[in-house]
Amino acid sequence: MSTVATQERQSYLDAPYGLASWLLTKDHKRIAMLYLISITLFFAVGGMFAAGIRMELLTPQGDLWTSDMYNKLFTLHGVVMIFFFLIPSIPATLGNFLLPIMIGAKDLAFPRINLLSWYIYVLGATITLAAVFNGGLDTGWTFYTPYSSVASNTSVSTAAIGVFVTGFSSILTGLNFIVTVHRMRAPGMTWFRMPLFVWAQYATSLVMILGTPVVAITVLLVFAERALHLGFFDPTRGGDPVLFQHLFWFYSHPAVYIMILPGMGVMSELVAAVSRKQVFGYGFVAFSSLAIAILGFLVWGHHLFVSSQSIYAGLVFSIITMLVAVPSAVKTFNWTATMFKGSVTWESPTFWVIGFMGLFTIGGLTGLFLATMGLDIHLTDSYFVVAHFHYIMVGGAIMAYMGGLHFWWPKMTGKMYSESGAKASAILVFLGFNLTFFPQFILGYMGMPRRYHAYPPEWQVLNVASTLGASVLAVGYLLPAFYFTWSLVKGAAAPANPWGAKGLEWTVPSPPPTFNFDEDPIVNEPAYNYKPAREVHVA
Amino acid sequence: MATEMDLLYLFIAAISAFFVVLVAALVVIFTIKFRRRTPDEVGADIHGSLVLELTWTFIPFVLAMVMFVWGADLFFRLSKPPADAMDMYVVGKQWMWKVQHPTGVREINEMHVPIGRNVRIFLGSEDVIHDYSIPAFRVKMDAVPGEITTLWFQATVPGTYHLLCMEYCGTKHSGMIGSVIAMEPQAYEAWLSGGASTASPAVEGEKTFNEYACVTCHKNDGTGRGPSLAGVYGSTVALADGRSVVADDNYIHESVMNPQAKIVKGFGPPSIMPPFQGQLSEEKILQLIAYIKTLKPASGAPEAAKKG
Repeated sequence: MSTVATQERQSYLDAPYGLASWLLTKDHKRIAMLYLISITLFFAVGGMFAAGIRMELLTPQGDLWTSDMYNKLFTLHGVVMIFFFLIPSIPATLGNFLLPIMIGAKDLAFPRINLLSWYIYVLGATITLAAVFNGGLDTGWTFYTPYSSVASNTSVSTAAIGVFVTGFSSILTGLNFIVTVHRMRAPGMTWFRMPLFVWAQYATSLVMILGTPVVAITVLLVFAERALHLGFFDPTRGGDPVLFQHLFWFYSHPAVYIMILPGMGVMSELVAAVSRKQVFGYGFVAFSSLAIAILGFLVWGHHLFVSSQSIYAGLVFSIITMLVAVPSAVKTFNWTATMFKGSVTWESPTFWVIGFMGLFTIGGLTGLFLATMGLDIHLTDSYFVVAHFHYIMVGGAIMAYMGGLHFWWPKMTGKMYSESGAKASAILVFLGFNLTFFPQFILGYMGMPRRYHAYPPEWQVLNVASTLGASVLAVGYLLPAFYFTWSLVKGAAAPANPWGAKGLEWTVPSPPPTFNFDEDPIVNEPAYNYKPAREVHVA
Repeated sequence: MATEMDLLYLFIAAISAFFVVLVAALVVIFTIKFRRRTPDEVGADIHGSLVLELTWTFIPFVLAMVMFVWGADLFFRLSKPPADAMDMYVVGKQWMWKVQHPTGVREINEMHVPIGRNVRIFLGSEDVIHDYSIPAFRVKMDAVPGEITTLWFQATVPGTYHLLCMEYCGTKHSGMIGSVIAMEPQAYEAWLSGGASTASPAVEGEKTFNEYACVTCHKNDGTGRGPSLAGVYGSTVALADGRSVVADDNYIHESVMNPQAKIVKGFGPPSIMPPFQGQLSEEKILQLIAYIKTLKPASGAPEAAKKG
């Protein structure tokens, strides 16, 4: 045993052992695993809230929960899923694990700050959970004033503090990534040799550090109005309720890009790897991430077309929102073109890629309906909006997250999982997702409002279909819990490069050693340099 | 307008369906046609194409701009109520809709309207933000506390339609649901005369104007301690700080609630008027504004001078 141990390099999982070594680790890979465990727990919690919502909506009468309980369920579903699952999901797990390795670094620029981010996240989550157990929260995840600041008698202040604290975790992660990309690239790893996942993380980090302080201030103002009775948003104290919406969406619309941009980055990696081909139009894909990050800051007013905002302001927000469609379309076409004349594998990551392409395309295009001012009058605040953002956040971001998790699982854990289980999960998620959310587009066009505990009976059939779909979706998401756990116990050992993919992360062992590289890598080729064999012979 | 909105919806839906089918078909075809045949196989060495990039930048851009222009144009037309509209007053309150007709008849969670007539609604909120929505007519507007918003529609087919609150407003949000009953004009008149007879909103507003002693300062001949309100609605008012504002519903609403916000030139600062925040219900303010709208200039001269 001892001879084997000395012959093999120790992986980051092996040395040292013990709980303390994990809770005090400065290794970006171990911190990524800590995040993976925490956000998986919150994904499960948020999913249970969703199950509560869908069960209630099986029947038109509000008969399963009380109205207050239902309002708390959809509020907590949103708060947990957005602040504690989606926003940290890809950056804090896959990003944390892969970003340093992909650019040839030993760790992030500030390993201690990286650990601090996780502790801040845990603290923020704990405070928010305290609000859940102490009366809950019924404002909707959007905290609209003056309902949140004056009328609601739930634990708004506690939850606001929880969200405020969690924001710092996001800011520190963003800061860490930006400095790492600028300062820690290996020799030869020029900006335009970086994997597109790194570009996407970089763009996301910019949004995190520029946007998050604004939402932190905004929830703090809500807290000040509730607790100290200062007048910011309450008109009876001289405040402006719509000002809250401007401040809130100034962060929360870009937050959508915090969720989807990393997903786009994952998709660029996966499409290249499953096709074994250079990403088509590398420069366009890289810069479209930055374009989305920048434009994303200038579109918040499209949430306010019918909230008494000036129609001229509405015009500006509408046209800039339309412009976001362009870089998103550019990415989609480039991914599609990457598969052309590729060598497309039928292994499980491809299934998640195809699922993402279908769902993200629908999600993106339905955004155009809502950006069109005249049409938004009818569609805003209806189930059309619910369907649209679930197609982006679940169909896009979570599909990409799941795809990424499957693609890099062998690298992260050193174990292979069941291929057939993974394919079944991808198919069930795709079918279940569409059955859950496509009917909601129709319900929205028929006029069904969001956040309704009870609804007119003519909308029942589509709601039953949606709940049925949610059950399939739940099975699809539960499957990986089994085969991933099984892989940890009984899975075959993963080779360094099970997919035959390009990228520095595939040059190191699975799982990687603590400092990633035994020798500092030197990069002398572009990303995704898959050359057909014959050209190698020619050279 | 409802028909045009559906047409715009179908237009975008058709474009979306085209692109979804295109992307899905290509992805599936490529996955099958270019499937990996040997374990070591790699894809072709293709890096990109500027022509293709420009094409698929340009086409989505043009299509998005068409949607923008059409949507913005429709929104503008929907934002401007026609001049001949009949005025109704609606206040949202946790968790009900309070409606008052031009004749003064009131209803709660029901709203009778005549077909074939443009109806303009002045919308207020007593507490939190609500949203007045009639999906069948494709109209929706937030009711924002501290503000008056407007919307308009024309019912064309008699029937009963959902009136829904579409901005989350607390416990019974989903119970804040009523009906719009569209009737033939004669039936509507008959219904109106059958209702409990109350004074019109403007007459009730005049009562409030006297009751709260507004009249002691705001004399119509301009000799009071406050500015005359005769002819003020819709006019441009010069303010003490050198700015000027158009005296619309929101300006009057704000001036009643918080008189220090915009002080008329020659009457401060500070304004000597007490704030009526918390004193007047949203309905009373809507009535007060309806009354102020009826105040014509004291003599024809200033009006004529303005026009000249």
